[in-house]
Amino acid sequence: MQQPRLKAQAEVSPVQAHPPTAAAGATEQSAGPSGSSAALLSGAEITIQALIDEGVEFVFGYPGGAVLHIYDALFRRQDEIKHILVRHEQGATHAADGYARATGKCGVCLVTSGPGATNAVTGIATAYMDSIPMVVITGQVPTPVIGSDAFQEVDTVGITRPCVKHNFLVKDVNRLAETIRKAFFIAQSGRPGPVVVDVPKDITDPSIKVPYDYPRDLRIRSYNPARRGHLGQIRKAVEAMVAAKRPVFYTGGGAVLDDAAAPLTELVRALGFPITSTLMGLGAYPMTDPQFIGMLGMHGTYEANMAMHETDCLIAIGARFDDRVTGKIEHFCPHAEIIHVDVDPSSISKTVKVHIPIVGPVGSVVTDMLGILRGMGGRPDAEALAAWWAQVDAWRSIQCLRYDRESALIKPQLAVETLYQVTNGDLYLTSDVGQHQMFAAQFYPFDKPRRWINSGGLGTMGFGLPAAMGVQLAFPDAQVACISGEASILMCIQELATCKQYDLPIKVILLNNGYMGMVRQWQEFFYESRYAHSYVDALPDFVALADSFGHVGMRVERPGDLEAAMQEAFAMKDRLVFLDVVVDPTENVYPMIAAGKGQHEMHLPPTMSERELA
Amino acid sequence: MRHILSMLVENESGALSRIAGLFSARGYNIESLTVAPTNDPSLSRMTLVTSGNDDIVEQIKKQLNKLIDVVKLADLSDGEHIEREMMLIKVRAAGPDREELKRLTEIFRAKIIDVTDASYVVELTGASKKLDAFISAVPEGLITEVVRSGATGIARGDKGLTL
Repeated sequence: MQQPRLKAQAEVSPVQAHPPTAAAGATEQSAGPSGSSAALLSGAEITIQALIDEGVEFVFGYPGGAVLHIYDALFRRQDEIKHILVRHEQGATHAADGYARATGKCGVCLVTSGPGATNAVTGIATAYMDSIPMVVITGQVPTPVIGSDAFQEVDTVGITRPCVKHNFLVKDVNRLAETIRKAFFIAQSGRPGPVVVDVPKDITDPSIKVPYDYPRDLRIRSYNPARRGHLGQIRKAVEAMVAAKRPVFYTGGGAVLDDAAAPLTELVRALGFPITSTLMGLGAYPMTDPQFIGMLGMHGTYEANMAMHETDCLIAIGARFDDRVTGKIEHFCPHAEIIHVDVDPSSISKTVKVHIPIVGPVGSVVTDMLGILRGMGGRPDAEALAAWWAQVDAWRSIQCLRYDRESALIKPQLAVETLYQVTNGDLYLTSDVGQHQMFAAQFYPFDKPRRWINSGGLGTMGFGLPAAMGVQLAFPDAQVACISGEASILMCIQELATCKQYDLPIKVILLNNGYMGMVRQWQEFFYESRYAHSYVDALPDFVALADSFGHVGMRVERPGDLEAAMQEAFAMKDRLVFLDVVVDPTENVYPMIAAGKGQHEMHLPPTMSERELA
Repeated sequence: MRHILSMLVENESGALSRIAGLFSARGYNIESLTVAPTNDPSLSRMTLVTSGNDDIVEQIKKQLNKLIDVVKLADLSDGEHIEREMMLIKVRAAGPDREELKRLTEIFRAKIIDVTDASYVVELTGASKKLDAFISAVPEGLITEVVRSGATGIARGDKGLTL
């Protein structure tokens, strides 16, 4: 048996130690909830106690050799913290991610070393790209054998380094509590992101007990995220906004993550400007509001992309000028003075040069903007704004999202519109990746933030179902659906068993077109219809598959049956219903800006006489 | 343009790989990188020489500052500074080359620190350009080995890069 090092290390980080917390007294071996002597806990117990002290409700995980001590400690605290046993570690990370996106809290995973950690990497990278707060605790082989290619050993810190906000390898049980506290702090502050804490097995040895002090106050000398924007810059931005003739708001995931919906809505309404949003920002401003002109970017609306192209004042809030939004940089907003609000300085002027940068949390900056706007009593130029709206409405009038409503085959757009009607717009909708994701973004108008949950940055197929589990656990009484395709759903289909185990009445809306639809679309457009391996042959019978997992499966093939089937599915409040909707295999997502084209060079639906409006 | 970035970083095992990994992941240049502990054992001082246009260097600095292990960063090229690099260079020194190399060493204020009847090891300290100049001044074909430390630097004046 290897002994962990108990030698106290030089304190290199100024964490202020505080008296033990009351919660620390909850274990049998503890020295009591109050007084000067801290509870004595093993590393395994510290891990669980720290999660409880963080207020963690759910841990999504999968046991294995390196985390068995931790699972044993968890076993004795099951009344205080719920563990959700997934069927694959990717599912654990996506479920924690979905939970975090829906609640705004930190998602938590617990996985073992080696394959447990590598399986989690896709989910960690997914959370990283979309800035989702998450703490992933990974088991590691005991410290004395690290580096010896031990069984189930992998350099987790090395593998995850490029896709985490930060990561730690814990080498001393005395620093475990402090490290977990730091992980939660880093994950949730500034621009959020996933943090991995790699814990070697000997650090969790149940026979080695150390005093437990969970640090409440924490300062990391090298980490000081912006807390407020610069007021001078904010004033400059407001002046530019008021002076603008053709302004447009462009908001992104940051507005959702920072819970800035309320001040944002107030500011946009006070100014009366058009507003567009990225895929990640949908719902931060009510999408049914007339000032909302649709999503922008590769599959954005004609009016949104044209407004971007013609604007003289772009107000970017919590968005990062992703290539799917900008198209060819040289053609991006050629006439605009650009204001950019973001909590992460490295997002500003990364791809597009910004004129008025403001570093700060978007909620506080937008609130400051409102205050300054009201204080100076300035009003936008009403005449110019009216002319601008006339132009935007003219673009809008071409109805770029039109599709064939009379089709004998179910159009995927119709399926999404029906979903909206049946759920009265009151739904948490998770998505996989591909055409169905774009159709959902275009045809399901979210009026609230944190309702639209999808992998935007990494584009992870397999995200939707496990993410829906995290959402449904957080909101057991809410309607939660996962929209997916027959290719995406199979990437994490095993989680149907998790849904059964925990009675999660998710509605899976499968838009089944027999193809990896978005791949097929690109092959049709850019590879002369050579459909290389995008046809999904040998599909399972999804109804029987759902049934075999103990769920309800339904298949819909005719447009006329769609609404009744969805009504029936959502009426089953306590069952997971898997709705296999057979849709038109040839439908494409329009409008579309081909990669590398300018934002004004859109393909519109062929029914509108195939043309490029330049 | 060439920039000398000077950083205080946490003296933790992963810090160097985070910084090196950032440069490879984002496709930035590293001309040289030196790192060693400071008088404060919890901190290392790292000097990184990179090049790129202003936008890229700005982005490099932002990305470095974003790393949790980077405590403080200064771009020495923004102000007056002193740059030093050390080089150990082994040259073939036989026959008439011997005198010539000795003279060159004196001109550059370098030191010969190892001698055999066929070779010298020369130690030379200075700005990287001076080291380049020495290398090109050595007659064609005489260089056996070049070992350079990479540039380090410090700002002029009374202000220091401290916490």
